[in-house]
Amino acid sequence: MKKAINVVVAGIGGQGVLKGTDILADVALRAGYDVKKSEIKGMSQRGGSVTGDVRFGDRVFSPMVPGGEADFLLVLEPTQVEPHRYMLRAGGVLITPDAVDASRLPNRKTLNVALLGTLSSHLPMAEDVWLEALRAGFAESFHEGNRTAFLAGREGRKAAGIKP
Amino acid sequence: MKESKRLLLSGDEAIALAARDAGVALGAGYPGTPSTEILEAFAGYGGRAQWSPNEKVAMEVTIGAAFAGARALCTMKHVGLNVASDPLFTAAYTGVSGALIVVSADDPGMASSQNEQDNRRYAVAAGIPMLEPSDSQEAYDFMFAAIEISERWKIPVLFRVTTRVCHSYTVVQPHETAEPLRAASFERDIRGRVMIPPHARPAHRRLRQKLAAMQEWNESCRLNHIVEGSNSLGIITSGISFMHVREAAPDARVLKLGFTHPLPMNRIAQFAKSVGRCQVIEEGDPYLADAIRAAGIPVEGKPEIYRFGELDVPRVRRILSNDISPEPAKPPGKPPQLCDACYYRIVFESLRKRDCIVAGDIGCYTLGVLQPFEAMDTCVCMGASLGVGLGLRHVLPPDQARRVVSVIGDSTFLHTGINGLVEMVYNPPQTGHVLIILDNSTTAMTGHQEHPGTGRTLLHEPAGKVVIEDVARSLGIRRVHVIEPRSGTDDFDRLLAECLDSSELAVIIARRPCILIAKQLKQYEDQRCECPGASQAAGDCAIPGSPAPLSP
Repeated sequence: MKKAINVVVAGIGGQGVLKGTDILADVALRAGYDVKKSEIKGMSQRGGSVTGDVRFGDRVFSPMVPGGEADFLLVLEPTQVEPHRYMLRAGGVLITPDAVDASRLPNRKTLNVALLGTLSSHLPMAEDVWLEALRAGFAESFHEGNRTAFLAGREGRKAAGIKP
Repeated sequence: MKESKRLLLSGDEAIALAARDAGVALGAGYPGTPSTEILEAFAGYGGRAQWSPNEKVAMEVTIGAAFAGARALCTMKHVGLNVASDPLFTAAYTGVSGALIVVSADDPGMASSQNEQDNRRYAVAAGIPMLEPSDSQEAYDFMFAAIEISERWKIPVLFRVTTRVCHSYTVVQPHETAEPLRAASFERDIRGRVMIPPHARPAHRRLRQKLAAMQEWNESCRLNHIVEGSNSLGIITSGISFMHVREAAPDARVLKLGFTHPLPMNRIAQFAKSVGRCQVIEEGDPYLADAIRAAGIPVEGKPEIYRFGELDVPRVRRILSNDISPEPAKPPGKPPQLCDACYYRIVFESLRKRDCIVAGDIGCYTLGVLQPFEAMDTCVCMGASLGVGLGLRHVLPPDQARRVVSVIGDSTFLHTGINGLVEMVYNPPQTGHVLIILDNSTTAMTGHQEHPGTGRTLLHEPAGKVVIEDVARSLGIRRVHVIEPRSGTDDFDRLLAECLDSSELAVIIARRPCILIAKQLKQYEDQRCECPGASQAAGDCAIPGSPAPLSP
């Protein structure tokens, strides 16, 4: 992958934004890419905005996605779409909670994993690498729920439609 | 490629892993974003790590360990080095027998800080060597280099990182094997270690000789390197800026500096001569640009507007095209706030209702400045609420002075607020004073670290416990109240009114565990009760949060 892929994940404290970027970065690492992940989290526990940048490819330099250069913007909280839209490049993909059928999620907490599922359908990494990273990233008791949410996100994308 | 040999680590974790692999015997520090995770990770990797009450004490503890020949690590955020600078400046004179690595984690852009001071200036002021890694692999590798430099020149090394190095995760390939701890041993060196003037005068000369020798060594040091490129544009850079530069100007010739004090001026001069335009790209103050130009080497610095905030790829592009047009404002995110069920809310409601003049401090409760409370009038640095409140009381007319209250958290009180309490007893204002200590039994803002008042170590194991009300009473303060603020009663408000009206010195300890970790705290306390040595080691088995007796 000559040009690095840029992903920005945004939400508010407690939604699992950083867990989501952890999983994505681990998937990229397992797939053999150079990967960098950057986060601003100083105030996350106090309900403030949280964003995480993940970049992967043959070689990554800056850990921060430059404004207007995100290939994908994942937003877990609808109010956070507009503040982060400037990060997306022209033709970049916005993934919001609308992308998944909420009734298929085992619980609300798995939204971050479901949106990773949606993201995964755009990316070259194999499904089993994603599932391995999910298994490694959470306690074993969460795995079935996460797997269900991930697959719901991965399959549900076409039905929900994606706005550029 | 073996997975275990290719890790995705934050800069903080990489520093910790290197410390473990290099046989660092002791790590000490005080929590502060973005440095906090270093000691937590070091302990997690099996290193011996401990929180000190403040950075100055941590520095002194690690100086002691390094005097004894051990390898020691001291960690703090940038403003922590202000607190720890007193021992550091003289440790530059005494030197060390082992290694002393001082990590300063700076916060350009102030993601979670009260200022964006550039601590590279400390390396110059104290006269100590400084290394600046650009990513986690360098954070790992440079730790070994820092130890080598510290032991070779017997001097503390400033290991300067920034938020984006500390909190970015990048790939690290660690060493195959870890070095064992070396046995520490005391060797008397009175002239070298006891800084009375007749000993310190030659020590100052020795320090400058060491710096001259280090500068010469740095001229060919592997920690600096050149990325080849077109000679029309040369860039001199260091730290995280190097990564932005590589992306913003992939064709430029780059001198990447890793050992940034004392600077390798001959190498820099050669590089500057080898390129057409020579631009310095650095975050924060123009430390490199000023030093290089003072040495008579013609380089371009950045326009003044780029002194402020973090750099990133777009800003580096702007610097390179000399663009000083106003920068597009980033849309504001959702600001943090006090948790909905946080008991601090009750305290700030009361302070607001009584129109108090609030000298505040550093912690979660600083959020009391925001709406809906707007109940904080000053916040300067760790521990300042006491002194600032007392100063206000001393000079304000009595009707205003009587409304002044100092508000501080438990961890911050034990950090440096305790000295202010001594001042309150020693130089009491005529109108008395009221100090509120918000005791949530943890260092909440930085992610719930332990401190001497929790009675638990960094790893949450039982330890000696400093009881704040006992400290206040032992200083002779008669009005020491412990209260658990609860909604639905006006107990706290009435107590505050009574203390304000008394014109005496009063300390109100508002105690209730942080709701975010109440369950965890209960577990720690249960473990303590099961621990057979607990009663001797750590006092009684009181569960925090159980109603404390009101003491008049």
